[in-house]
Amino acid sequence: MEDDAPVIYGLEFQARALTPQTAETDAIRFLVGTQSLKYDNQIHIVDFDDENNVISKNVLLHQVGEIWHMSTSPADKGVLATCYNKPSDSKVLTCAAVWRMPQELEPGGHESPDDSTSPTHTLELLCHLDDTSHGSTACVTWEPTGDGKKVISLADSHILLWDLQESSSQAVLASSASLEGKGQLKFTSGRWSPHHTGTQVATANDTTIRGWDTRSMSQIYCIENAHGQLVRDLDFNPNKQYYLASCGDDCKVKFWDTRNVTEPVKTLEQHSHWVWNVRYNHSHDQLVLTGSSDSRVILSNMVSISSEPFGHLVDDDDLSDQEERRPEGKSQEPPQDSVIATYEEHEDSVYAVDWSSADPWLFASLSYDGRLVINRVPRALKYHILL
Amino acid sequence: MAAAAAGHGTGSGPGDSPEGPEAEAPERRRKAHGMLKLYYGLSEGETAGRPPGSDPLDPTDLNGAHFDPEVYLDKLRRECPLAQLMDSETDMVRQIRALDSDMQTLVYENYNKFISATDTIRKMKNDFRKMEDEMDRLATNMAVITDFSARISATLQDRHERITKLAGVHALLRKLQFLFELPSRLTKCVELGAYGQAVRYQGRARAVLQQYQHLPSFRAIQDDCQVITARLAQQLRQRFREGGSGAPEQAECVELLLALGEPAEELCDEFLAHARGRLEAELQSLEAELGPSPPAPDVLEFTDLGGSGFVGGLCQVASTYQELFAAQGPAGAEKLAAFARELGGRYFALVERRLAQEQGSGDNSLLVRALDRFHRRLRAPGALLAAAGLAEAATEIVERVARERLGHHLQGLRAAFLGCLTDVRQALAAPRLAGKEGPGLAELLANVASSILSHIKASLAAVHLFTAKEVSFSNKPYFRGEFCSQGVREGLIVGFIRSMCQTAQSFCDSPGEKGGATPPALLLLLSRLCLDYETATISYILTLTDEQFLVQDQSPVTPVSTLCAEARETARRLLTHYVKVQGLVISQMLRKSVETRDWLSTLEPRNVRAVMKRVVEDTTAIDVQVGLLYEEGVRKAQSSDSSKRTFSVYSSSRQQGRYAPSYTPSAPMDTNLLSNIQKLFSERIDVFSPVEFNKVSVLTGIIKISLKTLLECVRLRTFGRFGLQQVQVDCHFLQLYLWRFVADEELVHLLLDEVVASAALRCPDPVPMEPSVVEVICERG
Repeated sequence: MEDDAPVIYGLEFQARALTPQTAETDAIRFLVGTQSLKYDNQIHIVDFDDENNVISKNVLLHQVGEIWHMSTSPADKGVLATCYNKPSDSKVLTCAAVWRMPQELEPGGHESPDDSTSPTHTLELLCHLDDTSHGSTACVTWEPTGDGKKVISLADSHILLWDLQESSSQAVLASSASLEGKGQLKFTSGRWSPHHTGTQVATANDTTIRGWDTRSMSQIYCIENAHGQLVRDLDFNPNKQYYLASCGDDCKVKFWDTRNVTEPVKTLEQHSHWVWNVRYNHSHDQLVLTGSSDSRVILSNMVSISSEPFGHLVDDDDLSDQEERRPEGKSQEPPQDSVIATYEEHEDSVYAVDWSSADPWLFASLSYDGRLVINRVPRALKYHILL
Repeated sequence: MAAAAAGHGTGSGPGDSPEGPEAEAPERRRKAHGMLKLYYGLSEGETAGRPPGSDPLDPTDLNGAHFDPEVYLDKLRRECPLAQLMDSETDMVRQIRALDSDMQTLVYENYNKFISATDTIRKMKNDFRKMEDEMDRLATNMAVITDFSARISATLQDRHERITKLAGVHALLRKLQFLFELPSRLTKCVELGAYGQAVRYQGRARAVLQQYQHLPSFRAIQDDCQVITARLAQQLRQRFREGGSGAPEQAECVELLLALGEPAEELCDEFLAHARGRLEAELQSLEAELGPSPPAPDVLEFTDLGGSGFVGGLCQVASTYQELFAAQGPAGAEKLAAFARELGGRYFALVERRLAQEQGSGDNSLLVRALDRFHRRLRAPGALLAAAGLAEAATEIVERVARERLGHHLQGLRAAFLGCLTDVRQALAAPRLAGKEGPGLAELLANVASSILSHIKASLAAVHLFTAKEVSFSNKPYFRGEFCSQGVREGLIVGFIRSMCQTAQSFCDSPGEKGGATPPALLLLLSRLCLDYETATISYILTLTDEQFLVQDQSPVTPVSTLCAEARETARRLLTHYVKVQGLVISQMLRKSVETRDWLSTLEPRNVRAVMKRVVEDTTAIDVQVGLLYEEGVRKAQSSDSSKRTFSVYSSSRQQGRYAPSYTPSAPMDTNLLSNIQKLFSERIDVFSPVEFNKVSVLTGIIKISLKTLLECVRLRTFGRFGLQQVQVDCHFLQLYLWRFVADEELVHLLLDEVVASAALRCPDPVPMEPSVVEVICERG
């Protein structure tokens, strides 16, 4: 089974930013942004040929600075947003901008991966998501189901909603809100919920998770002390609208029901250092991927809190209330949450993991030393879920 | 002579010859006694070769039966010399003479006897003739007497018959007189209150009256009697109902009434009703004792009261009842059993209420004594009334109380443990104010351990009272088996150890994950406590328990090893948590120091930053703290070089080697390559890994966590040239002081190495400081 073996791709620079090309649903394509203070930074467009198990790449130059965070438009394959450090002598400021990739690359680079002499292309700047008064931007997140016109950026203690106009060449600040409280409050991460017709955003600052309504830009819920230490990342369950996963420096991954935030629904403690990333599989939400600075990527099977009905008796049963049916256990063995696999291909801290937007059984992870590893969900489990 | 004897074959002849003159008297005796003859022959030693005893058939033996004079003579003549022949002859003659005179004497003596016998016979003949005459006369006299006697008895026959008839009439008349007098006697008896007498009279007369009731006069008497008897019964009943005169008299009444033929069933109902009244009064007085307001008497007094009052009464009633109504058969017994069951149930309810009040108190001995008395008192009625199940119910109550007692003790132990913890918290908080922190920790541990142990022992001793030999219920199967194994061993001891572990573990996942809630020292202390339990205390306590309560039950018990494993797991979790908490404290310090500083515009480093000094100080403090409770542990063999030198080498040559390529734009890969290759050869560092039970492992864990945090924080920042140099200085400083705490100093090198390397990567203008300058700064600071 040669195709269960991981595929490894090495970058020359340190890298933290990884994202799938969200709008692309045919090709398996990931974007990786590098971090280098001394050289021009790059965005590697990594295409994976599933059948031949071959990787091909395109390199785009990102000359404005090192990339801390990256996200792609859900509507337009060619549009992405980056958060980057603007090099300056006295101060480090992280800015955000929306870019367009060169057209000719989009069909998917057919160059062979070792063809490094091919001319590198440059991104076309569409607009800055900047308002110098707001400070450093930590994260940009797109409206997941929209037409790629709405973007939220998190800058220090501000949450900013932008309207992209005129084919994204102009960004207008639609509304904003800011955290108030003692000390320096700083957002670390944020996600836009795919449910509620795109009106909810969750953000993390320090140990707190907050939910926001984008219409009024007001807080709708707040999970104080969600983690013992800093919350590093969040993700929404794509199928269950109130479920939210979070991870943080206390080595834990927690699952929340935003209707009742006093207690986590479930807590995992599998990593031995900070967990930097947590991602639900886009279609099978029992599959949860986490990446940690202990250099491991862990794929967990969270059957007990997934939307997946237990067993296969659903078809001939009343589907109306799944919630109530589950605890009864039925005749089959009860759902068991378990670690599916631990991937140890990385040798440095893993700062980013994500699922492919095209193939739900495929995911990539990126460690600081620039190693990108593409893995698959084990076949046995895949068939178990499908059949 | 011996040869001659041998030559002749028979040696009797010459043997005899020397004997003959020797003694006359023994000769005779020899005739009578063959054996003696043999004896003498031997003792004289003359005839040693001769066969014992002479041949009786020997014809030459003078005294033998087959003596043949011819043969004898012939033999003598042939064998003996003349002189001897002469001697024989004179001897022979003399013997013959002696024999002749003997014979003469005998003849004379016998003749005289014959003559006197003849005289006697003649005299007897005369006497018999006289006696015959007298006998004849006696016979005639006897015939005359017989005749007279027959004539007299014939004359007296008639009178004798008359006298017999008269005596019969007299007896009848006396009976009749008794009957006629009966009514008046009965009345008199009733008046005098001699009811027993009256009933006896009535009993005597009843059958007769019954038989002759067809006669009018008897009928009258009977009627009278019946009236009187009715009155008597009435009075008896009256007395019985009044009931004041006590149980024995009542019993008497009932007995009399029974004798009067009153219906037994009704009587026994009534009897029980009376008894119920009395026993209920007892119960009420007991209940009054229970009342909330008056100072309840102690439980011993209470059971005594119940025992003597109620149980004694019940016993009396039961025995009297069984005596009186034995004839009633199983129905009667059933009635009594139901009666006893009901009242017993109420009594038990009261006792239980009283015992429930006792649950809170600590004095077990009093309780056990009370239970003992309660149980003992109930054995008597229990034996009397097996069907009522009183003894069983009593045993059940005792068992229930014992169970509750166990629960109470478990609660007590838990409370004691929590109390200990509170004390420790206070003790930990207090000395910090006084300025001396450390030295109390080992003492505190010892205090906690000994205090818990003494509590456990006290509980065991208290519970042990239940199984003391002199206690009446201790030989019940429950107390011999289940109580010991399930109750004491599993419920109390194992339950406590488990709950202790749980309580300790709950500190690990307290909701306040910041770790502020539980002082780290407490975690450390608990961890050591659990470890001590694992190594020694658990097996000690369980052995103690098993010894005190010889467990005869075969039901499975938790083995020591399971408990030990649990305790060890708890200890491990606590220690790991301690490491996390302490690591977090230092991490936070480092993180703040990295995050809040502006690394781009920092000045050239002159000093080690204060935070680093603080980190080293705190680590030292933790080292001291852990050292109080845990052993040193094993380090990896240290390199011969001191840490200083290692680090210098690292910062000068290795570091230089790694920085150098980054200046040449042509080889951007080298940094990665080098660090990757280095990583290939170093082991993966598990940051939050479980720790072992020793100081070095704990410190290693804490330092690992801290340094990894430093690494991650550094990677998130951008450094100016001097910022990098400051990191360099700080790391060198840490290197100088931290290596001594960890198991493998290579680990510290590796992590610090990586921190500096990451800082260099995050620096657009990486110009490292001269190692010598770094050293000077560190030594100064």
